[in-house]
Amino acid sequence: MITKRIIPCLDVRNGRVVKGMNFEGIQDVSDPVEMARFYNVEGADELVFYDITASVEERGIFTDILRKVASEIFIPLTVGGGINSLEDFDRVLKCGADKVSVNSGAIRNPGIIEQAAKRYGDQCVVLSMDIKRVDGTFKIFAKGGRENTGIDAMEWVVNGVNSGAGELVVNSIDTDGVKGGFDLELLDEIAARVNVPIIASGGAGKMEDFSELFRHKGIDAGLAASIFHYKEIKIRDLKEYLKGEGIEVRL
Amino acid sequence: MIAIIDYGVGNLFSLTASLNYLGAETRVTADAADLERADKIILPGVGAFEDAIRKLEATGLVDTIREQIAKGKPMLGICLGMQLLFEESHEYGLYKGLGLIKGKVVSIDEELKAEGRESFVSFAGKETLKVPHIGWNSLKFKEDEPLFRYINQGDCVYYVHSFYGKDCSAGTIATSEYGITITGAVRNGNVYGTQFHPEKSGQTGLNILRAFIDM
Repeated sequence: MITKRIIPCLDVRNGRVVKGMNFEGIQDVSDPVEMARFYNVEGADELVFYDITASVEERGIFTDILRKVASEIFIPLTVGGGINSLEDFDRVLKCGADKVSVNSGAIRNPGIIEQAAKRYGDQCVVLSMDIKRVDGTFKIFAKGGRENTGIDAMEWVVNGVNSGAGELVVNSIDTDGVKGGFDLELLDEIAARVNVPIIASGGAGKMEDFSELFRHKGIDAGLAASIFHYKEIKIRDLKEYLKGEGIEVRL
Repeated sequence: MIAIIDYGVGNLFSLTASLNYLGAETRVTADAADLERADKIILPGVGAFEDAIRKLEATGLVDTIREQIAKGKPMLGICLGMQLLFEESHEYGLYKGLGLIKGKVVSIDEELKAEGRESFVSFAGKETLKVPHIGWNSLKFKEDEPLFRYINQGDCVYYVHSFYGKDCSAGTIATSEYGITITGAVRNGNVYGTQFHPEKSGQTGLNILRAFIDM
């Protein structure tokens, strides 16, 4: 049977992997190529790289890293950060990305989802969203979670999938960095509305958080950064634990 | 040298990189002379069947492919490249394939419905099966198949597809379960096809590619 996926996320700035708490206080962790090798051996099912730089020169460093990773690690690679146009899709796909994740770029120009899906196929287009509760409803946030766009998250999700997003990364700002578990309420709301794979992000702190996540219908993958980077949870141990819990994983 | 057929369909970075990683020389090409010189041929592909078969025919390489196969040269079709090997596809119409493998390409979604399994159920309590079939699935393969000599039963491979090969039991050499039995790999003599992406299937995928290189 199809397995649940465990995905480490690497935020890359100036050629280094970083991870913040609640998106603030970013701290240097390690070399992205080294970490990609480590996670591949550990049994990561996929890797997500976010380019959190803005400058053109640093963008070149990022694609060099991507090319290097894709030349020696043969699992699916998703790339996001600074994806605003079809040229951006093209740039990272040519360097070995399999899927491209669009977030703020889709908020500025929702048409990019459909254009990219038509050119590269739905399976290539990942819609990544930072979502936060505001007065009891879920809203889409922009600029790394700092700015409320006022967009209703559920409408955004459904429109995104109808436009051709083939997969969703759902990041809860409310649970991100807190390590108290995934935002299951939010994830359930989304899973009830769409039929594309859902990658849950934000809030994983212990192995039980993942088993609880995968008992919810319609959740395909769990994504995390710091708990894996700091080896608080080892992916191999996590997958063995999940298997023991009766959850299908790739070992 | 392994010739990777370049007909403007899909991203060949990982395929080329994985074969090079294993020490194989590769050439991404649309030149008949390269196919003739090659030890082996790979037919890649991502996207829609109709567009792909048209583009492949437009290269003028189909006759060369048939000649090289008739000479006994191993060929591997990957993902849509495997689907092109079949006799026909029912992906948004009815299109003729290369006819190198008996069988047809049909929609996973429609087959799940025909089996009484809804591909997606939006309320709690029922199994959800999403289409496309994306992710790692365990592979069950026929013993003594050379393509699988370096892997173990149940090893996981990476799939991304919405259509699959059906009525091809004679040529099926591997399957995965997804509500229905998905054709994972096919073979007719020296012609092989994998629905999954060996170039994205980690060490298991590399071991499958190595077996192809060693043929």
